[in-house]
Amino acid sequence: MGLVTDFHDGSVLVGSTIIVAGTERSFVTDFDGKFIIPDLCNETYSIQVSHPYCLTKGFRVTVSGNMVETFKLEHHLDELNEITVNGKVLSNQSKTFQENIINKDELERYSSGSLGDALSSLSGVSSLNTGNTVIKPMINGLHSSRVVIINNGVRMEDQEWGAEHAPNVDINAINRLSLIKGAGALQYSGDAIGGVIIAEAAKAPFKDSLFGKTQLGAASNGRGMFFNSELTKSYDTGWHTTLQGSMKQFGDFETADYKLSNTGVYERNALLKFGLNTFDYGFEALYSFFKNEIGILKASHLGSAQDLFRAIESDSPLVVNEFSYDIEAPKQDITHHLARIKAHKRLGDFGKLKFQYDYQKNKRLEFDIRRGSDRGKASLDLELDTHTLMLDLDAKASDQSNFKVGFMGSHQKNFAKNTGVRRLIPDYDKYDFGAYVIGDYLADEQWLFEVGARFDYTTMNVFKFYRTSFWESRNYNQQFSELVVEDFGAQILTNPKLDFNNSSGTIGIVNSFDEKHKMYFNYSLTSRIPNPSELFSEGLHHSASRIELGDLSFDSEIGHKLSFTLERKDDKFSYSINPFINNISDFIVIEPVSITNTIRGTFQVWEYRQTNAQLLGVDFNASYIINKLVQFNHQLSIVKGQDKTQDEALINMPPVNTTNEIVYYNNKYRNLRLSLQSEYVFRQNEFPETNFEVYIPNTETFEMVEVSSPPPAYHLLDFNSTIDFDFSERSTLTVGFQVTNLLNVSFRNYLNRLRLFADDLGRNFLLNIKLKY
Amino acid sequence: MKNIYLLPALLFTLLLLGSCSSDDDTPELVNEEELITTLTVTLVPEGGGTSINLTTQDLDGDGPNEPIISVSSNLSAGVTYNGSISLLNETESPAENITEEVEEEADEHQFFFTIGSGLAITATATNFDSDGNALGTEFSLVAVDTSTGLLTFTLRHEPNKPADNLATAGGETDIEATFTVTVE
Repeated sequence: MGLVTDFHDGSVLVGSTIIVAGTERSFVTDFDGKFIIPDLCNETYSIQVSHPYCLTKGFRVTVSGNMVETFKLEHHLDELNEITVNGKVLSNQSKTFQENIINKDELERYSSGSLGDALSSLSGVSSLNTGNTVIKPMINGLHSSRVVIINNGVRMEDQEWGAEHAPNVDINAINRLSLIKGAGALQYSGDAIGGVIIAEAAKAPFKDSLFGKTQLGAASNGRGMFFNSELTKSYDTGWHTTLQGSMKQFGDFETADYKLSNTGVYERNALLKFGLNTFDYGFEALYSFFKNEIGILKASHLGSAQDLFRAIESDSPLVVNEFSYDIEAPKQDITHHLARIKAHKRLGDFGKLKFQYDYQKNKRLEFDIRRGSDRGKASLDLELDTHTLMLDLDAKASDQSNFKVGFMGSHQKNFAKNTGVRRLIPDYDKYDFGAYVIGDYLADEQWLFEVGARFDYTTMNVFKFYRTSFWESRNYNQQFSELVVEDFGAQILTNPKLDFNNSSGTIGIVNSFDEKHKMYFNYSLTSRIPNPSELFSEGLHHSASRIELGDLSFDSEIGHKLSFTLERKDDKFSYSINPFINNISDFIVIEPVSITNTIRGTFQVWEYRQTNAQLLGVDFNASYIINKLVQFNHQLSIVKGQDKTQDEALINMPPVNTTNEIVYYNNKYRNLRLSLQSEYVFRQNEFPETNFEVYIPNTETFEMVEVSSPPPAYHLLDFNSTIDFDFSERSTLTVGFQVTNLLNVSFRNYLNRLRLFADDLGRNFLLNIKLKY
Repeated sequence: MKNIYLLPALLFTLLLLGSCSSDDDTPELVNEEELITTLTVTLVPEGGGTSINLTTQDLDGDGPNEPIISVSSNLSAGVTYNGSISLLNETESPAENITEEVEEEADEHQFFFTIGSGLAITATATNFDSDGNALGTEFSLVAVDTSTGLLTFTLRHEPNKPADNLATAGGETDIEATFTVTVE
């Protein structure tokens, strides 16, 4: 007599087949998972136990008289894999936030672009660009330090505070990209005032297999090419290993009318992963390497406000050279290493204990056009090292409720090398200790509740050189005199030590009120410590041609976001509508306050200040299936940002935009997919007016420098097509052909920092070949 | 599987220990190497006489203090002056002579002289780069008639050479110094 149970949760397995080797006798378990094998002798038998949903397993049993034996089976390969995938994905984020996902097929259409390009296809996501290669994702109007990026379970620490710093993530290494418009990842952070982006590599299956893919693409605009290749070997024992590499090179891009000189990009990435994953325990080691060299539009390198005026007034950039793949100053050269090791151990029915350690090294070099012996030397040379440890427990409190608790500790060190240019970001050491708890409760089939809380303590030890004239003009010599370490005359060395205690939390409710409809309600409280550039900026920001001043006395920014989503999923008509309101106290904004004259000419002075801000908006998605082959998709995003203290619009808010797409998809004919997409971006009519006047000596006039005036509305058409061919028995060849900006429209994007100097990209033809094996 | 529990405990300890070991090395002072703090224009009258200095000095660079501008004396009508421009970085000691660097990279630099309306003078570059295009760290200035007005010296880095006009020259402005000049 015996019992067959599930290895994982101990539930009985009904309908398992038990075969006793050598006797050719088979038995089936009853509704209680029990079976009886009569008439056995007192000897050792080989017994095979199988179940439709489980891995067939052999056992050896030595029989002595009547006995009871329990056999444990693991779930079937696919199901186990599925559960793990879900488990992993869900553990990263909230169950009660509506999740926006970009799957692999969609991501592959952006293989030649960047993470920011792919994310922009979601409603409510735009991007803050510097040219067309530095693409920073923006969620419901917020970006940079307010958007947290989780890459393979690691919070990216890549100097994300700078507006011209793009995320250091290889789009080709991502299998699944999801976005939460709120603080839905308390496990990693409580400071995602804008939202969280989660990128994950593919999960290896639980079977003996060897598979992979290779992609090759070419684009007309920028005369670029890219290559990506990936190979995974997995075993049914749970061992797996993956190797991936990609490369991308583009020369100077072009607009509808002219070349954008020095806008090439050269990116190289690699990822290696191996591990063991079983139901009981597992570990995984991952290393990824990202290197990107990015040219910055030559015509954007300026001196004074007089130069800025000339550049803005000119219809085309003041420097247009012959096409080239060479990337010269001004440029960025970024290297990001990420190493992670994680392990988990299942604690029987109770839950799962997880441990993770990761190390990131981000090296950032920025080159300006320099003079004399400094020519070719970087102006900015920063090295950011981050170590993070996380310990988490996922547990089941009852059949209806789960909870997670965890601790995190991290150390970050920034080192700014002497480049002969005063440090933009000072040297610092930062320690962060965090703890969180999240619980969910499934009341019935309709209602799911989730509550989470997190606390972080952060301490920063900074060594910062201040210009004595600035130190005194800010009255810091009275306020912070105790911070002075050494006085060098024109500069003084200070040692600020900053401590922050931050609380954050979320409340989420999901109501699945019928089969087609779901309602999500979320409240999140987020606290973000000011980033190093908000605290310590003090001097000329070359790429923006303005003087930027931070403030040492800033407090944490506190966000309260309420959002509501109504979602309908149906075979014919689906939609989601998501209004939100985000009130942020001590919101840090940078804005122009004055004009200063220096020996280099006139500059606008921008100062960071804290204010109370409110962001209001709505994201709308709809899709209508016209017939078996044709589908229509619609997206609309509106966001309004207001500085409540000064009663004016916030700067750099995405203008209203709407996307309409018609898709033809035939799964009976080579998965042929054709789509035509229209994107209409309105003019941003709400913006703080910060234009200023400057004296131009050669015309002896005062002229208005229109730094804040938004460009007009524009309309773009994109065409996209893919088709599959059977390459061999086990491999498929997919050929994709795309045209972006089909009508070769000249346009400028309000959220592109280089819009003052040049148009955005003209027409681009893109060919993409993928072989899956 | 015991070590699965031990490992995090060990690493947490290491992290905490790491946070206690403070390294005392403070960062080194960075002096802005390419900063130009001082521009001095020296006008030497042809045929002798007291030379005139036009100076602008901005010791805190792009800091909050404005440049200090001075003109030593008025120009005399009918006199031709041999002008020269000197650029210094006075945050270094001894002060670094930037004029030398500019002259070494003559093909990538040019000084432009902008004469305000009402000021009756002319200014022409007298030194050139290897391509024969104007550099302008040396120039000739003729004080034509009695008048008062603005005289601006602009140094452009990587202008489109040859260029005779600030508006079309392009490049990045390294210096822009305006003086009120009187010819008597």
